[in-house]
Amino acid sequence: MSTAVATAPVTTTRQEVEDLIHAYVQCIDDDRLEEWPDFFTDDCLYKVIPRENADAGLPVAVMFCDSKGMLRDRIVALRKANIYAPHFYRHLVSNTRILGEQAGVITAQTNYGVFQTLLDGETRVYNTGKYVDKIVRVNGALRFKEKLCVFDTYRIQTLMVTPI
Amino acid sequence: MDARVTRTAGLVWPGEGISAAVPYGVFTEQAVYDEEQAKIFRGPTWNFIGLAAEVPNSGDYKATFVGDTPVVMTRDEQGAIHAWVNRCAHRGALVCRELRGNNAAGTYTCVYHQWSFDARGDLVGVPFRRGLGGKGGYPADFDLKQHGLRKLRVEDYHGAVFATFEDEMPSVQDYLGANGAVDEHLRRVLEGRELEVLGHARQYIPSNWKFYAENTKDPYHASLLHLFHMTFGLYRSSQVGGVKITNGWHTVLFSRAGTDTQESLDQTKDSHLRTYQADTYSLDDMSLLKGRKGEWGDDITLVILSLMPNLVVQQIQNTLAVRQIVPKGRDAFELVWTYFGYKTDDEELRNIRLKQINLIGPAGLISMEDGESSVICQQAVVRDQNEWSCIEMGGRDVEDADHLVTETTIRAFWDEYRALMGY
Repeated sequence: MSTAVATAPVTTTRQEVEDLIHAYVQCIDDDRLEEWPDFFTDDCLYKVIPRENADAGLPVAVMFCDSKGMLRDRIVALRKANIYAPHFYRHLVSNTRILGEQAGVITAQTNYGVFQTLLDGETRVYNTGKYVDKIVRVNGALRFKEKLCVFDTYRIQTLMVTPI
Repeated sequence: MDARVTRTAGLVWPGEGISAAVPYGVFTEQAVYDEEQAKIFRGPTWNFIGLAAEVPNSGDYKATFVGDTPVVMTRDEQGAIHAWVNRCAHRGALVCRELRGNNAAGTYTCVYHQWSFDARGDLVGVPFRRGLGGKGGYPADFDLKQHGLRKLRVEDYHGAVFATFEDEMPSVQDYLGANGAVDEHLRRVLEGRELEVLGHARQYIPSNWKFYAENTKDPYHASLLHLFHMTFGLYRSSQVGGVKITNGWHTVLFSRAGTDTQESLDQTKDSHLRTYQADTYSLDDMSLLKGRKGEWGDDITLVILSLMPNLVVQQIQNTLAVRQIVPKGRDAFELVWTYFGYKTDDEELRNIRLKQINLIGPAGLISMEDGESSVICQQAVVRDQNEWSCIEMGGRDVEDADHLVTETTIRAFWDEYRALMGY
């Protein structure tokens, strides 16, 4: 009996998954973007996919990173290279559900909405959609192995530079 | 300066033949915008409405726009492509309310009173035509043939579909300048290929559509606005390349990466430009820039085709896309990107194309900045309608150039624009 308990898979609770997702969006909203890649595994997959393509089974994503290095490159570009209007994000997330757990990979789905505020002080609904996440435990901490942001707001207001 | 002329909305233009300046009111005035819809988008032009590969099967359709007029592109049961104005001939409602789909029945029925049209836009049925119980119904001489949808002439040119309101237009190839540089570059990426649509992306940009048209004809800005172009040598004004103009305002801009001379690179370095950081800026993961060379049997790494009035076709490294410009009023436009590859692509090439979208698209590390530059122009030109821009890089004339330090292609745009608008 005691042996069985020791080898049973660690059951991840929704609370833990929600904590991860809340920490993730607060990292972005608080402009600690240099820490953003640390929420992912080294061999991660991050895609921001217009719903139009997801519904049609088409592969195009507007952001597509298949390594932690590419995530870092996104942030360095945002800080040092790209030209865009300064803005703030505010994410609201809800309806997190664990859809399954297999071989240590948790699949979870969450609704999100991102408000964007430009320096004129006006706040707009910028991007809404769902996160479809594959989450694993690395050294005891949950990390995204895969994060798909499928967005309903498939007509992007001007441009997208800050990750969702 | 030369004689000035006053045109729509009191805008004062340089005299005829001078296209190195335009009054800013052309970007702000409702009367100008309305005139453009009639004289350009619904005038003697071919407008891009989609790729044939977006409607591959009989019954497929796609809703889009010509200028700001809603149109639908359809494929009929024989495989021919048609386009019609998306407005019921009865009382003006939208007939097609989906972005795209397949209509296996072959009829398009308005939800309001269920008038039905076929893929060609012909009226095929109206409910209660003979009335009910001997009462009502359409007059005896009511002729279905007289109540079809407004049809546009359509041409499928190597898989790119164009439509026009003007029945007397020459062929698309002649419109672009048959066998000229633009036609040749377009055929370079389309002719004899079976296209595979990879997906779409859309941007809504609060700027007049012409600021974006200028941007796509502007080899000067690409080194100076886009750090990724300049730093990684994807495009530099110092590279071997050029611009060519055909039939008025269709233009092509092309360059070959890795061809900068030491002299021009040294001059670039000495200019201390924000965008040139080759010694200090690098990527953690260089796979983004790992393309496949020589895909088209030459060493051209960047081609921007700007086909007026509403299409950009790009080859940047290995990414292929069409960008459709849809004006949404005097101070907004939508940019619809459709990325494609070829049916013959191997998996590695397909992945290269998908990954390079990180460079080119609404979230493109390069092209997001073109959205931003269009916005900041629109924000600044308010009120000073009769102040003029300055478009004199590379001279004041309109002619092909074998270099990339010029705005001659923008002057070509305004030249033809003024001719069409009667300005």
